[in-house]
Amino acid sequence: MKPQDFDVYKNMLYAKSGYVITIDKAYLLESRLAPVIKKHGIANMDLLTMKMRSNPPTALVDDIVDAMTTNETMFFRDQKPFDKFRDVIVPGIIKAKGPNCTIRIWSAACSSGQEPYTLGIMMKENALKWAGVKFEIIATDLSREILDQAKAGKYSQFEVQRGMPIMMLVKYFTQTGETWTIKDDIKNMVQFRQFNLLDPMEQFGTFDVIFCRNVLIYFDQQTKGKILEKMAKRVHKHGYLLMGGAETVLGITQAFKPLEGERGVYIPA
Amino acid sequence: MKSCLVVDDSRVVRKVARRIIEDLGFSCDEAEDGVKAYEACQKAMPDSILLDWNMPNMSGIEFLEKLRAMPGGDAPKVVFCTTENDMAFIQRALMAGANEYIMKPFDGEIVATKFSQIGLL
Ligand SMILES: C[S@@+](CC[C@H](N)C(=O)[O-])C[C@H]1O[C@@H](n2cnc3c(N)ncnc32)[C@H](O)[C@@H]1O
Repeated sequence: MKPQDFDVYKNMLYAKSGYVITIDKAYLLESRLAPVIKKHGIANMDLLTMKMRSNPPTALVDDIVDAMTTNETMFFRDQKPFDKFRDVIVPGIIKAKGPNCTIRIWSAACSSGQEPYTLGIMMKENALKWAGVKFEIIATDLSREILDQAKAGKYSQFEVQRGMPIMMLVKYFTQTGETWTIKDDIKNMVQFRQFNLLDPMEQFGTFDVIFCRNVLIYFDQQTKGKILEKMAKRVHKHGYLLMGGAETVLGITQAFKPLEGERGVYIPA
Repeated sequence: MKSCLVVDDSRVVRKVARRIIEDLGFSCDEAEDGVKAYEACQKAMPDSILLDWNMPNMSGIEFLEKLRAMPGGDAPKVVFCTTENDMAFIQRALMAGANEYIMKPFDGEIVATKFSQIGLL
């Protein structure tokens, strides 16, 4: 692929999602776009590039963004953040707001739903302990397609095995062959909405906890900083931010600071 | 070093499982059916058992029931690893005292996650 052609996609992807790709990923671009070309009945890559240079239809642009972004996720991903949610964060919020409060949680790049559903399951599992607390889970993602999957709540054997403890699988899923569907009482705990992290966030009100995991990692410093600063305005003083294992706010923004002794947990500065 | 007994009638599966389990830092023994596994447990109780369901002589579920009735037999963490992936089988295994359940095909990441979730890692 010619560098000037590559730039067409690179710039589009950056503008639409914040994703940064470099020319060494050109091969990946081509292989990931092959199914998109086919789906839209476009003869070849050059014609696609031409279309992109003029005024491409939204559906095509969405599909290209979708093809280039990673939806990799799993239930109880990394385990520790969910332990901290149970042992540090919820108790901390209850201390600040009282035992009969509403706790609002945002899963800010929820992919196919494993993260918000994990939280829903934890709420059921700890229902006695948190009897007075009302939970609200908002889960958003850029990709409509992945959100449709999340809403359907259907997972393959492989997907459930990567993280869902067997007791909980039996308790919270129904089985049809090799497909496992999350039960309605968990599904109904989560509100899914399409949302681009590059956009203004006021519409969501204020949260007690934000899960923003394994998405900023794909963005440049400036984009990360802007998003985190917007998030700082959307989280209560007593609230928390959780990031992925390879992510940090350090050196990016002063709006959050690490919670001492709790890796990966941040609080408003 | 923690120990793991791999019980499966397929030599290939045992070999694959052994590699995964040794990579997780366990010492590994093998048994090719429930009878052999039972004998091994009588000699020395392992810390963990990776257990197939369908085997000649004695099935995984029969073995598990016997194991849990043995003195000291409630100690090992037992993880089924089988092609039986029906909810009814899983529930039966849990009732008999299984700690986790892997539906084949499996890989190292799945074994590691399950082992870690039941406190073996
Ligand atoms: C790797 S997944 C992370 C899923 C989950 N948070 C986790 O940690 O397992 C990243 C998700 O970010 C979404 N995404 C990428 N750019 C985005 C943007 N600008 N706004 C919202 N979501 C975005 C992708 O669609 C993808 O589903």
